[in-house]
Amino acid sequence: MPDDHAHPNDPMHGSELSEMDIRVRALETILVDKGYVDPAALDRLVEAFETRIGPHLGARIVARAWADPEFKRRLLADATEAVNSAGHMSPVGSHLIAVENTPATHNLIVCTLCSCYPWEVLGLPPVWYKSAAYRSRAVIDPRGVLADFGLTLPSETQIRVWDSTAETRFLVLPICPAGAEGWSEERLAALVTRDSMIGTGLADAPHETVPA
Amino acid sequence: MTNSIHDMGGMHGFGHVEPEPGEPPFHQRWEGRVLAMQRAMGFTRLWTIDAGRAALEALPPLDYLGSSYYRRWFLGLENRLLQRGLVAADEIAAGRSLRPGAALPRTLSEADVEKTLTRGDFARPTNTPACFEPGDRVRTRNLNPATHTRLPRYARGKTGTVEAVRGVHVFPDTAALGAGDQPQWLYAVVFPARELWGEAADPAITISIEAFEPYLDPA
Repeated sequence: MPDDHAHPNDPMHGSELSEMDIRVRALETILVDKGYVDPAALDRLVEAFETRIGPHLGARIVARAWADPEFKRRLLADATEAVNSAGHMSPVGSHLIAVENTPATHNLIVCTLCSCYPWEVLGLPPVWYKSAAYRSRAVIDPRGVLADFGLTLPSETQIRVWDSTAETRFLVLPICPAGAEGWSEERLAALVTRDSMIGTGLADAPHETVPA
Repeated sequence: MTNSIHDMGGMHGFGHVEPEPGEPPFHQRWEGRVLAMQRAMGFTRLWTIDAGRAALEALPPLDYLGSSYYRRWFLGLENRLLQRGLVAADEIAAGRSLRPGAALPRTLSEADVEKTLTRGDFARPTNTPACFEPGDRVRTRNLNPATHTRLPRYARGKTGTVEAVRGVHVFPDTAALGAGDQPQWLYAVVFPARELWGEAADPAITISIEAFEPYLDPA
């Protein structure tokens, strides 16, 4: 990522930003000088999260589940095992759990205590997922939170909120939109939004994406 | 800490959730460096992930609320390094190292980065049978330790149903203190919204937590 946001001398940028840039650089310098961290390893970590680890990984899993009922069955039984034995998918660590949306039940994932998130399959959590607004409200007013995302579900639809209070990590399996039956996994994956895998959105309808 | 500002479930007043279309992984270069330093220092085995969470929970509430996510991480990391004597205050002030570093159990090399990109396994063996099985009614304990716990305030002293048995996992409450894994059975426990929030709550809403056995009594 180009260093185009750090403007320590630019009064148009907040003081916290320039202060933080200076403080973080100082701490990194100290840790490198002491031999605690290797700057090349830090570069690799940043690069991985900026370019390789993201919701496209989760979208592949969802698309496979939509296209392959046997994979879906295994995914819902043990998501870690299903993903790691599927082939053509990035390996995931332990304790990944997939929860299925149905017309009767909609799942919503939150971490009220910090920011637990299935980053291996969705990348880094967005700012809103880590915000006080989301963490406080998702468990007491999930319909209000969904409305903030423009999503209104029928009042009879059951809403299940999963608070990620341990090392288990949750991936929502959204409903496959009508009109995408028989599509290839690649085309299906393009319908799977990040928010649909958190539960704050639905998968795109086929007409909302450019035909593959 | 337990009853500190991080335990936000059910609080009012934080306003609407504000999605950001096209959000980048990092909004500032320094955020990526903080994430990387956090992960590299976590790799050293100097502290557990729960000790890292406890460091954030120990931030003064106004600092916690007034800081962006990665600023909180930075403050938590800096505090832990200072408390453990791995970095000294005069070095922070000088912006450079003034004396040699301590020997660490291990450090993260560039070659090892890839294997840190798969999450670790928190399951542990046990000889103790699980106290509960799916369908059991349980009541969460009214626990208020001054130290780290993963039982949120909104779900204390509430009656719910065990939905799944997750296995035996590292117990965050002790791992955060450096008191060892002390593995415990972990369960998904589901509550009706009305049990947590009262009779006015929507009957079509349920909320689950992942609850360690020491958080639970039979109901």
